[in-house]
Amino acid sequence: MTFTNILQLYVFILAGFVGYNIITRVPPLLHTPLMSATNAISAISIVGALVIAGAKYSLTASILGCIAVTCATINVVGGFIITDRMLRMFKSGDAPKAGEGK
Amino acid sequence: MAGLWLLLASPAAGEAGTTARTLLTQASYLAASVFFILGLKSLTKADTARRGMQQAAVGMLLAIVGTLIVEQIVEYQWILAGLVIGTVIGYPLGTRVPMTAMPQRIAISHMFGALAASLVGIAEYLHQGARLDGVTMGALGFEVLFGSLTVTGSFMAFGKLQEFLPGRPVTFPGQNAVNISVFAATLGLWIYLIIEPGAAWAFWAMTGLAFLIGISLVLPIGGADMPVVVSLLNSYAGLAASATGFAIGNTVLIIAGALDGASGFILSIIMSKAMNRSFGNVIFGAFGSAPTASAKTAAGLTVKSISAEDAAIQLGYASKVIVVPGYGMAVAQAQHTVRELAELIEKKGGEVKYAIHPVAGRMPGHMNVLLAEANVPYDRMYDMDEINEEFKDADVALVIGANDVVNPAAKTDKGSPIYGMPILNVDQAKSIIVMKRSMNAGFAGIENELFYDAKTSMLFGDAKGSLTKLVAEVKTL
Repeated sequence: MTFTNILQLYVFILAGFVGYNIITRVPPLLHTPLMSATNAISAISIVGALVIAGAKYSLTASILGCIAVTCATINVVGGFIITDRMLRMFKSGDAPKAGEGK
Repeated sequence: MAGLWLLLASPAAGEAGTTARTLLTQASYLAASVFFILGLKSLTKADTARRGMQQAAVGMLLAIVGTLIVEQIVEYQWILAGLVIGTVIGYPLGTRVPMTAMPQRIAISHMFGALAASLVGIAEYLHQGARLDGVTMGALGFEVLFGSLTVTGSFMAFGKLQEFLPGRPVTFPGQNAVNISVFAATLGLWIYLIIEPGAAWAFWAMTGLAFLIGISLVLPIGGADMPVVVSLLNSYAGLAASATGFAIGNTVLIIAGALDGASGFILSIIMSKAMNRSFGNVIFGAFGSAPTASAKTAAGLTVKSISAEDAAIQLGYASKVIVVPGYGMAVAQAQHTVRELAELIEKKGGEVKYAIHPVAGRMPGHMNVLLAEANVPYDRMYDMDEINEEFKDADVALVIGANDVVNPAAKTDKGSPIYGMPILNVDQAKSIIVMKRSMNAGFAGIENELFYDAKTSMLFGDAKGSLTKLVAEVKTL
């Protein structure tokens, strides 16, 4: 266990706390967009894939890296687009019917 | 910052130039992490959510650009190929998939995410192998283990939701014992690898077994329980991404993975609670393998059916209507007609609210998305806890294609398989109109005494057809 490992553990635990606290406050209304959003965000593994695909370790590694970049890109592109598509649909009823009140 | 750029530009400053590049990369990761957290935070409110997620997308772009300049990257053809193919596949998956297919869309994207994490782990192992220290090997092994089982597990969930695999639980005697021993063996291999990182056979055996676990984990779980499974796999995909971060020393991966892991974990707990099941029960229970016999039968009870005309009169003159949509409504593609009906009632001075049970759709929040797509304003949609107190003031509760989530047996009948499940208090409304295709029992195969209640009228027929008739009738009032 190096010092870096310990720091990584700190980051993981603290990010977990932040995540827990934020996500418990997301209303059930937005749980599907939440899931597609976290899915898009976790496609950040693309940064690992990019290095593997471009580092010229070996041909096998490059091909595996290329497939990994493909998979992660699918989630980055598709994930953010579909999240946006969903969120665009959520409209407040008060905007067009101003003054009506709830 | 200008100084750093100068150093980068000067050919003599090799060492310092490297530092500047690393600094830029790290800055992009830090920015991405902040944007991701802000993006998720924006999801706590519907009106800030869209902009927040667009910022998160910018964060992702920054991180990608920041990675492309790291010095380990010496060739770009594989990267370019991956980016192009990924975009070509990802774009239609983002723009074309209908909202009803969202659960399987999410399931398959968990597969892609986990596959990316697993492949990074495998490639890293091929590259380093015996040179790995125990801690890094532990992280790498965890990454490949959870990644691989999420790959096959998500694919199975996708198949069940897309219905090319049987939705019913597939079970065989001693299944749990087999599953547990396979899992134990896999964990054993993982521990062995931490002690002996050079044991390539153990690495491949562990990977293979992890793929198997994913299949055997999801196979015995019924279609109705898929929301929990998809949420759980969301969590696993996140943990695999986080482990990747540990293995390759990348903080933004650790953070994003932890966020994803926490989210999936919370959602699966919420879904389990809403279905009145424990985690263990969902994973090992094989619920519904044999439709459970109901404690009460419908013998001797009669239902009261109602015509569209009479239902329209009730709805048209009601001052408060609560609509309870179920998956049957989404199957019939009747959301738009529901909204049309609601607008007519509102025009006549009535108030319309939508009561949404956590398991109303096929995944958490699915029903809200389907309604939002039909232009139902989000501030008319209420969660179970928000609206349950209001049913007693409602003149009409209009139940469309929902069954188990409004079954009073969950509160009253200890012998019922759904006893204890939180339900919508539809039975407290002054009158109830249930739209249903026929008197078939619900997904769980349980008789629903709400349908025999004296206050309940049944409007039989296809949800969309009945609603269209209702709309026409209310218009003539």
